[in-house]
Amino acid sequence: MFAPGTAVRVKNDWPETRGPAHVRTPHYLRGMQGTVVRHLGTFPNPEDLAFARPAPMRALYHVRFAQPAVWQEGRSGDELQVELYEHWLEPA
Amino acid sequence: MDKDAPRNHHDLGGISKFMCEAVDTTPHTLTDFDKQVDAVRGILGAKGIMTVDELRRGIESIPEAEYHRLSYYRRWVRSMTSILLQKGVITETELRAALESG
Repeated sequence: MFAPGTAVRVKNDWPETRGPAHVRTPHYLRGMQGTVVRHLGTFPNPEDLAFARPAPMRALYHVRFAQPAVWQEGRSGDELQVELYEHWLEPA
Repeated sequence: MDKDAPRNHHDLGGISKFMCEAVDTTPHTLTDFDKQVDAVRGILGAKGIMTVDELRRGIESIPEAEYHRLSYYRRWVRSMTSILLQKGVITETELRAALESG
């Protein structure tokens, strides 16, 4: 579990390139560093549910990113908050 | 600026070609077709034949050109058809016969 305030990095992983995949992590966040805001709950992994496979429970977090670093636009202080599953996050 | 990423086509957040189109927020009425598609989806779910998670995956798998051409509920029909074929619930032959009998 990640505590609020923990610096995390989104895995720079591309399951889409390895065959049929259902991914909830937006492409523009892969490899980006953000900060955990809060734990939202624990849910069956949607990547497995999409294929009707047994789905292990995964923690879901709100993670906040500085927007200029993500899209190379916006002002300092602009932020982006996205829901991400624990298996996409690693300590930064 | 678009990342040169091997993203799937439905993963279009922040892609510049979709950022300059006005979103139509006018309320619209559902057609009979829309309601029928929703009803079929409901039956498939209630009978445990397929889930909304599979429906979403099937929608994401529609080839890009077709995806943008199809209406919201036509994407649902396209997805339900391919999921039912993949799971062996219906066969190509049965589908063709049903379509031909109108």
